[in-house]
Amino acid sequence: MIFVIWAIIFVLGIWLISTYNTLTALRLRVQNAWRQIDVQLKRRYDLIPNLVESVKGYMQHEQDTLQKVIDARSRAMASTGVKESAEAQGALTQSLGKVFALMENYPELKASKNDLDLQEELTTTENQIAFARQYYNDLVTQYNTKQQVFPSNMLAGFFKFQPSEFFSVPEAETAVPKVNLTLTR
Amino acid sequence: MVGFFILFFLFIGGAVDYLYFDAFTHTGPAFPIATILSLGMATLGTLTAYYGGSGIILGSIGAEKPDMQIPEHRELRNIVTEMALASGSVMPQVYVIYDPAPNALATGTNEKNAAICVTTGLLTLLDREETQGVVAHEMSHIRNEDIVLMTLVSILVGGIAILADWGQRGFYSTRSGRRMGRKSPLLFVPLLLLIALSPLFARILAMAVSRQREYLADATAAQYTRNPGGLARALEKIRDAGFPFQKASRGTAHLFFANPLRRRLDDREDGLANLLTTHPPINRRIMLLYQMAGIPQSLVQGSKVQTFKGANGPQ
Repeated sequence: MIFVIWAIIFVLGIWLISTYNTLTALRLRVQNAWRQIDVQLKRRYDLIPNLVESVKGYMQHEQDTLQKVIDARSRAMASTGVKESAEAQGALTQSLGKVFALMENYPELKASKNDLDLQEELTTTENQIAFARQYYNDLVTQYNTKQQVFPSNMLAGFFKFQPSEFFSVPEAETAVPKVNLTLTR
Repeated sequence: MVGFFILFFLFIGGAVDYLYFDAFTHTGPAFPIATILSLGMATLGTLTAYYGGSGIILGSIGAEKPDMQIPEHRELRNIVTEMALASGSVMPQVYVIYDPAPNALATGTNEKNAAICVTTGLLTLLDREETQGVVAHEMSHIRNEDIVLMTLVSILVGGIAILADWGQRGFYSTRSGRRMGRKSPLLFVPLLLLIALSPLFARILAMAVSRQREYLADATAAQYTRNPGGLARALEKIRDAGFPFQKASRGTAHLFFANPLRRRLDDREDGLANLLTTHPPINRRIMLLYQMAGIPQSLVQGSKVQTFKGANGPQ
């Protein structure tokens, strides 16, 4: 009889340790994934002045649109926290999307080699942001699910694990497919 | 599947030990010598290859560092970066092979020495989305630890080959022939046959494992890119290109994206093809990916899945 009790305590102990460790590991991975998004966003901040500089000459009539990109960039750089920066980033992506769409109207812009390189850089930057965000959101889903399903929810409540916020995409942006500016071969 | 493989290995080992060394009886040795010895030899051989590592493989197929002056190579590096982010892993090393055959492979036994290798033929043939699908597929092989798994499988295949070799040699020597006489022929005749045929069975099993991992990598790639259509179109283009990749060998075939040792067999979908290829039929892979994308097969333009005759090239 005493053996059965010890066995139960032992199994419970193993479960406790492993669940706690899983939750903690997930929390760290979520934080790490968030930093990855940050790295990609900085990359984009650095690229935008280049973009504006190189298209300015061609796109004389679109100064407004370009100015909007620059404004959106500084707003995004100033934002903090998951929710606020998600919104600011959404606005920046949207204004960039507008520039990309307008670039289609300038054939001489699409032809120059420098700009082809720049376009590949921008394409990959946008994709990297999208993929880093996708990975972050997948991890958050996993982490939050683990906190809410039985029986790990009891442990998560006791040790005060908090659900993480999604890096959500505003409505308007979800309609836009991932950017692909490279010429089809 | 792999568990079944290990059981098969132990069974063959046991059979050899029983027939030739009288193991599991009173007069024989206390433990199965042949099983342990052959496993040891196979492990030694495979582990040398394992720790010599990706370097040997990459050298044998002529992989080189990408040249960042070439836009396509830069694009490749960018795509690999994107997929590393999507899978949440460390950036693998990137290599290109100067070869017109469109193909790709992943090697490396852990995240740190992982490498993704792509032919220049693939880079010229595919557009960005399609290349992304292929790279995602290779990234999945690294993440799913398929390379470690296939190493284990090749240890087992090697061990069975050694056992079968011993079994056949032992049969012709009179000493073991006499020993055989004391055992019931009802038992040792089927066992001998099984030992003789075991290398074939082992290969069939190894290929089944390899095919399973290919399907899994396709599915994982779709999860990373959220775009199964890109990978499906890449497979279609590679199928229609029909270039064999010259530098691949039987030993490295299972590492590649599309089977480099392409035979007519690979495009068929009947039972024989299902047993003897390292890769699942390319048409079936394409069909499953389009299903993931939610596009019914009948609507896919240029689809040749229904007519297998045309599968070897453009009609």
